[in-house]
Amino acid sequence: MTQTPDPITASQGHRLRALMLQYGGILLALVLLCVIFTALNGRFMTVANLTNILQQVAVVAIAAFGMTWVILLGEIDLSIGSIIAVAGMVGALALGFGFVPALLLTLAAGALMGAINGVLTAKLMLPSFIVTVATMGIYRGLVSLPTNGAPAMIADPAWLAIGAGTFLGLPIIIWIVLVLFVFNHILLSRTTFGRRTYLTGGNREAALYSGIKVDRLKIAIFTLSGVMAAVAGILLSSRLYSAQTNAGMSYELDAIAAAVLGGTSLAGGVGTMVGTLIGALIIGVMNNGMNMLSVPYFYQLIVKGLVILIAVWLDVRAKQRRA
Amino acid sequence: MSEADRTVLSMRDVKKNFGPVAALKNMRLEVRPGRVHTILGENGAGKSTLMKILVGVHPPTEGRMELDGQPYLPQNPTEASQRGLAIVFQELSLCNNLSVAENIMATHEPARYGFINDRKLRQQAAELVANLGLPVNVDAKVGQLSIAQRQLVEIAKGLSHPAKVLILDEPTSSLSDSEAEILFGIIARLKARGTAIIYISHRMEEIMRLSDDITVIRDGEYVTTRAREDTTIEELIALMVGRRMDEIYPPALEPLPGLSTAPVLQVSGLTRAGEFDDVTFDLCPGEIHGFFGLVGSGRSEVMSALFGMREAQGEIRVDGRAVRFRNAADAIKAGIGFVTENRKEEGLVLGAALRTNISAAAIPAFTGRAGFMNFGAERRAALAEVQRLAIRTNSLDTLAGTLSGGNQQKVVLAKWLLTRPRVLILDEPTRGVDVGAKFEIYRIIRQLASEGTAILMVSSELPEVLGLADRVSIMAGGRITATVAGTDLTPERVMAYATGTLK
Repeated sequence: MTQTPDPITASQGHRLRALMLQYGGILLALVLLCVIFTALNGRFMTVANLTNILQQVAVVAIAAFGMTWVILLGEIDLSIGSIIAVAGMVGALALGFGFVPALLLTLAAGALMGAINGVLTAKLMLPSFIVTVATMGIYRGLVSLPTNGAPAMIADPAWLAIGAGTFLGLPIIIWIVLVLFVFNHILLSRTTFGRRTYLTGGNREAALYSGIKVDRLKIAIFTLSGVMAAVAGILLSSRLYSAQTNAGMSYELDAIAAAVLGGTSLAGGVGTMVGTLIGALIIGVMNNGMNMLSVPYFYQLIVKGLVILIAVWLDVRAKQRRA
Repeated sequence: MSEADRTVLSMRDVKKNFGPVAALKNMRLEVRPGRVHTILGENGAGKSTLMKILVGVHPPTEGRMELDGQPYLPQNPTEASQRGLAIVFQELSLCNNLSVAENIMATHEPARYGFINDRKLRQQAAELVANLGLPVNVDAKVGQLSIAQRQLVEIAKGLSHPAKVLILDEPTSSLSDSEAEILFGIIARLKARGTAIIYISHRMEEIMRLSDDITVIRDGEYVTTRAREDTTIEELIALMVGRRMDEIYPPALEPLPGLSTAPVLQVSGLTRAGEFDDVTFDLCPGEIHGFFGLVGSGRSEVMSALFGMREAQGEIRVDGRAVRFRNAADAIKAGIGFVTENRKEEGLVLGAALRTNISAAAIPAFTGRAGFMNFGAERRAALAEVQRLAIRTNSLDTLAGTLSGGNQQKVVLAKWLLTRPRVLILDEPTRGVDVGAKFEIYRIIRQLASEGTAILMVSSELPEVLGLADRVSIMAGGRITATVAGTDLTPERVMAYATGTLK
């Protein structure tokens, strides 16, 4: 017989269980990594080091927030690393007009580069993989144009304070990550914009027939991804005291890894910002922990690759068992 | 014992549990050589579990099976096929990138030391295809064939092993009538050779024509086996759904509502080159207006133009005002809903919750301040629709993909009812839905019409159109060839217009 669905409690009663099912695996992985590194090096589990990890992970985390939107839609944005570099360069050069204009110009540049990705994908119906492979190269080339490949040094104290300053005892950079996390999380989970993203990523045709303007949504999301990358670019240039032409190289891969570790499905329609944040933290903890243990860089690459494979495999297995 | 009384395959008291769920409870089956044995049951009655046990995908939990008098317990599909069981699956299992011959001979290519003998492979496949009388070129890539041709290739593949028992799972679901005739010819030849055929289909007329024996199953339980001569369609349906269905089509309300009132939708001269031409009709509140036509007659294209998904010349008026829809959002705003033909492709997000699917077309109605979703209102509205349409689920958070076909179709209906449409377009509303759910959907359609919703119903099932519609527009070759109502609504007349013999 028809069981009457309970409108409200049905969701809240199972909420904790559902949360554990969703994030239990990767949270466990994060805790496990911390335990291992603490056991191997006493200095790992200190406030100073944990703050350090958060600062190091900030750039990737913010880029990964943008990437999560794009992947949720069933698309991919490989130009993020290049946008990070362009943003740093635009910022460094525009600082001549003052701090606030430079900030706005940088964000606008990120939005424009993202919008170009979106328009090419949505209106010319090109696969986003191809579009962003192309713009990855184009944007990377553009970085070198103004300085002929030389880095642009940054001396503006306000700009440098973003990466080095503190507010209420916490580095400003961490505040920025937290604010952007909350912003993206709410936008995704509480608004109609987020709902339309899930629907379109889950089934584009069904979304079209439901009256969702899929093209417009796609452009908006690539633009959002561009803006997130620009913010990441600002943080990175601030921490480096300069805009480097090779800044953010291959960060798109770390951003994808963070999103996928966090349970975002590359097929679209499944994923959360909470998951992506945890995914980014796992990457940060691994980098930091292995650096503290003086693991050679090439071993770090191998370990990181293996951890991603195992984590995603465990996740896929758990989800299959549930289904 | 005569040949016809011999049993080639038998099942006794076969049970199958998946965890705590009993998918089959007491299955019995006696299949005789040279006869077509139909298995009849609603979706979810256990037919696919039964097939999977027979071909060795799942072992039975309990029970005995015999093949040719020997115990039969296949551990995997390879063993089943070696023992002489062949199956043609409903879902296409062909590789589009390979040729017809390569597909037919897949897994038993003539080869030596791993090198395939291409000439022999082509030759064997061509022989088989010629033998079956299939109109298919063995060198063509499967990807270039029509869905119907692929289905025929699938059958050839199933028969590439010598088979004692051939299982056909809804083989005609994607075939046209003439292609189905080819299949029926093949079945007749196989019967003459003494092959036993287990046949699964939902099409009652076809079942009555082909079957020798019919076994009815319901909720995983064996109900009965009848010889074709000893039963009727009505009896079989009653056995299958477990209740009498004197009224498959709920009666229209008397007097016919609506036709006298002002039309809510007027379409005139709607044209799109190559698809449809000069389509003109009107639709009144409370009316069920059927659109009947053969596949390719342009019905679905007209509907998608009415919904703003296709550009077209001509005029559309809603409540007497001319409108132009640039996209689905415009059409929805004007009060039009569209239950699309393929619920898995255009209807549902299978990986999303029921509630998310039900509200998908009505998001503007649940938009609060600053673009925030009003989750409370969404849940209440979705719950109301779930209860109104009796969708079987225990939570609004159930994923749409886990529901049965009939329930999924009801979710698509719920999604459009939530937009409170004044005109509801239904494109093949009962495709792939079992008889019980069909009945419920008919009841819902009637109910909506009686509440004043104007309904445009596209269907290629003639009984459905005749049973529900107040008026029927018949399309052929992209044009409306006739609009008939009342006593003119007979199967003969409608088919005559649809095939172009009447103009």
